[in-house]
Amino acid sequence: MTVGQILVDAAARAGWYGLFRRSLGPQIRGGESAALLRFGDRPILNHGDSFDLLLAYDWGNINRFAAELPLRPDSVVLFDPDAGEVPEVIERTDARCVAAPLAQTAKSAPGVRANMVGLGLVAHALGLVPEDLKSELEKALGDKGEEILAGSLEGLRLGAELCESLPADIWPKVVRPAPLAVPRWSITGNEAAGMGAIRGGVRFVAAYPITPSTEILEWLAPNLTRVGGQLVQVEDELASVNMIVGASFGGTPSLTATSGPGLSLMLEGLGMAVGAEFPITLIDVQRGGPSTGIPTKSEQSDFNIAVYGMHGDAPHIVCAPTSIPDCLSTVQWAVSAAEAAQCPAIVLSDQNMGQSRAIVDPPKSGGPVAERRLAQVEDGAAYKRYALTNDGVSPMSVPGMKGGEYTADGLAHNERGTPSTQASDHQSQLDKRLRKLETLDCDDVWAEVAGDGPVAVIAWGSLTEAAREAVERSNGAARLIGVRVILPLQEEAMAKALDGVSKVLVVEQNHGAQFFHFLKGHYSLPQTVESLHRPGPLPIRPVEILAAITAMKGDA
Amino acid sequence: MNQVIAHEVDFTDYKSDVTPVWCPGCGDYAVLSAITKALAGLGLARENVALISGIGCSSRIAAYTSVYGFHGIHGRALPIAQGLKLARPDLTVLCAGGDGDGFSIGGNHFMHACRRNLDLTYIVMDNNVYGMTKGQASPTSAADWTESKLTPEGPGVPPFQPLDIALAAGASHVARCFSGKVQMLTKTIAEAIQHPGFSFIQVISPCVTYRPEMRDFKNLVHESFTEACTDRREARRRLIDDDGFSLGTLFKSVEPSYKPSHRNSEPLDELERQFAL
Repeated sequence: MTVGQILVDAAARAGWYGLFRRSLGPQIRGGESAALLRFGDRPILNHGDSFDLLLAYDWGNINRFAAELPLRPDSVVLFDPDAGEVPEVIERTDARCVAAPLAQTAKSAPGVRANMVGLGLVAHALGLVPEDLKSELEKALGDKGEEILAGSLEGLRLGAELCESLPADIWPKVVRPAPLAVPRWSITGNEAAGMGAIRGGVRFVAAYPITPSTEILEWLAPNLTRVGGQLVQVEDELASVNMIVGASFGGTPSLTATSGPGLSLMLEGLGMAVGAEFPITLIDVQRGGPSTGIPTKSEQSDFNIAVYGMHGDAPHIVCAPTSIPDCLSTVQWAVSAAEAAQCPAIVLSDQNMGQSRAIVDPPKSGGPVAERRLAQVEDGAAYKRYALTNDGVSPMSVPGMKGGEYTADGLAHNERGTPSTQASDHQSQLDKRLRKLETLDCDDVWAEVAGDGPVAVIAWGSLTEAAREAVERSNGAARLIGVRVILPLQEEAMAKALDGVSKVLVVEQNHGAQFFHFLKGHYSLPQTVESLHRPGPLPIRPVEILAAITAMKGDA
Repeated sequence: MNQVIAHEVDFTDYKSDVTPVWCPGCGDYAVLSAITKALAGLGLARENVALISGIGCSSRIAAYTSVYGFHGIHGRALPIAQGLKLARPDLTVLCAGGDGDGFSIGGNHFMHACRRNLDLTYIVMDNNVYGMTKGQASPTSAADWTESKLTPEGPGVPPFQPLDIALAAGASHVARCFSGKVQMLTKTIAEAIQHPGFSFIQVISPCVTYRPEMRDFKNLVHESFTEACTDRREARRRLIDDDGFSLGTLFKSVEPSYKPSHRNSEPLDELERQFAL
C-alpha cells in the first residue's frame, strides 16, 4: 500500500492524473492486498475496464481477489519467480507473463527491499525519474533514518535497471505529461467528505469507528479543532446520532459518519430529527451487507434503508456524491441543505470512493455554508417553534434566546410544540415537513447530466463516473443521468433530462436493484427500463455498461 | 453554570402552562416543583437553562417547565444533553427521566456519561415500574415483584443498583432523594447544578397507580447520608450497608471533566493546503 501511495503521488507531481484503490483482505494487519492504480492525462475518476499491468510480489490468497484484477490477453503480468509458479487463475486470462526477479534483485545490495525494487520498476516504465519519487519516499518513510532512505533509493535504482532488462515491447506507449502550473490535489473520498463537512459549516462531530468510514472521523478529529470545532468519540452509534441532535439543538451544525450497521442503529435518532425538526448530516460509507457483510469491500446496498428506513412518514434528504472530488461538494451541500430544511441529510458514499485516492484539480473555493433560519423572538409573546409557514420552514430559536423557550418534541405536536394527538395537528405538521423539502432548491446539484443519446443511463454514487465513460464511448447512443439528490424527488428536472429518451438503463451495485425499483415507483419513465445491477465487491465497469447500452440500442 | 439574574424570581415562572399527564398523587409533581424551585433559588435565566428528557411518564417533565426543553426518544436523553453541553458550555443543562429510560434502555449511556463527567445534572425519577406502558417490571423492581402480567412470576433478576454503578463509573456527585421530601430535594438539585461535573440524583418517586405500596416508602426512608463523602472508596463502603432508602448526598468531589482539544481558528485554505501536492 505504501508503494501504491508513493507511486500515485509521485506520478501526480510529474503531471499525471490518477486513481488509487485498495483491495484488502479481512486480516487486522498484513494479509493479502492489492494496490489498484490507473493513470491518465485527463481526470481519472473510475477504475476502467481492466489492467494493463499486474506486478505480483507474491500470490498469497490470490484466489480470493483475482476476480478484482481483470486482465486481457494483451495485459502483462510481471511475476517474481521466487514467489512460485503463476497460478492457474491468472494463466487462464492468457495475459503475457514475464519473470521479474524482485526479491533476488533486492538481495544484491544491502538494505534493499523488494517493494522498492518493484516501485522503481513501474516508476521507470511510467517515465518517472528518481527526483519525482524522492520527496514522496521521504514523506512515506518519515523519520526512519538515513540508512533506510538510502536503501530505498538504491532499491529504486535497481528497479529501474531491472525494467531496462525486460523486453521493451511489454510496456504501453507512455508520453510524459506537461509539467503543472497549479499543484493538483491528492485526496481520498473520505478526506474530501471531511473537508466538505468543514466547508459546509460543521463544527461538532460525534464519532464511533466503523470500517470503511473511520478515516472521515480520524481526518476530522485534528482538522475540526483547527477551525474551532470539536469531535468527540462516544460509546456507540446511538450516542453519536443523539449527541449531534443535541449539539444541533444548541445551534451548531453537526455531523456523524458511519457504515451500514451503524446506520441501522441510528434510524431512530434520524426519525427524531425529522419529527422534532433538527438539521443533522450523516455520511454512510457503504460496504457489503446485510449484517456485518463485507466490511472492507464496496456495495451500494444501503439505498433502501437510507430512503425508506425510518418508521412513520419521515421526509428527509438523501444524496450521493458521484466521484471522489464530489464527496467534498456533495457533503458541503448536504450540510447546508439540512440546515435550510431543518431535517437530517443522509449522504451515501461507499468504500469504493471513500478509501480510494484520486489526483484531481483543486476544487473551487466557496460553496454553500450552513445558514439556519432563526426566529425573531420577544419575551412575553408566545413563540411557535413549529409554526405553519408557506415554505414549511419554521423559524427556529436556540437556547440563550430570551423569549424563544420551547420544548422540542418527537411526539406529534401542535405549532407550539405541545404534544397533541389531534388529527388536524398531525396532518398539518406532516404536510409542513413535506412542504419544506418540496420547496428545497436542488436545481443546480440534483444530477450529473451529459450527452444526448436516446438511451439514458441512470446511475448514482461511485458508478456515475463508470457510466460517464461508457456514455462517452457509446458514439452518441447514450446520455448520462448521474443522480446526486435522491430525496427530495426531482420530477421536473428528471422529466427534462429524459426529454428525447426512448429507453433507460439503470446501473447500480447491489443485489436487489434497489435504485431501479425506486425510480420505477417514483418517476415517470419511458416504457423500456432495464437494470444492470450486481452486488459488490466487483465494481461494474464501463465496458459492461457499454455492452448493455449496445444491446438496448440493438433491440430497437 | 450560567449568569444569575438580578431580580427576585418566583418558581412558578419556571413552570409552563401545559397540564401534566401524570396521575393524581404521582411523585413526579414534587420533582417538577423541586426543579423549578431550585432554578428560581439560583436565579438562573430561563433562556440559559435546558432540560433534556427521554420517554416515559417522568420524561414528560421537560414540557412542564418554561426553560428550553427537549423531549427526545427512549433512553437517549443523556447523549442529547451531552451533545448540547459540549456544543454550548455556556448553558445550564439538566437531564431527567425514569428508571427504565435511564437504567435499562439507556444504561450504556448512563455509565459513559458518568465517565465523561461533563457539568450536567441528571435526575432519575425512580418508581420501580414502567408506568406509561401500564405496569411492567423496571430494572429497579424487586426480583419477586409479581404484579405485572409480563412477568407473572416476578422479573427474576436482582434490581439494578444506581448509586453503586454511578460511583463505579465515575460520577462526581451522587445523591438519593425522596419526592416526599421536597425541601431536601430542592436543596440537593441546587447543589447538583452548582457542582462542576456530572451530578446524579436518584429520586425515589412513588407510582401510586402501579406500585401503590410505594406510598409507604415515606416510612422507610431515612436521612443516613448526612454529610457527602469526598473519598470514593469511603462512599463505596457506605453503600455496603445501604438498604436502598438512605437519603442524602453520598459522594461529592471535584474531578476532571472530559474536555475537547484546544480549539484554534485557522482559515479554511490553510487547512486545504494539506491536499496540494
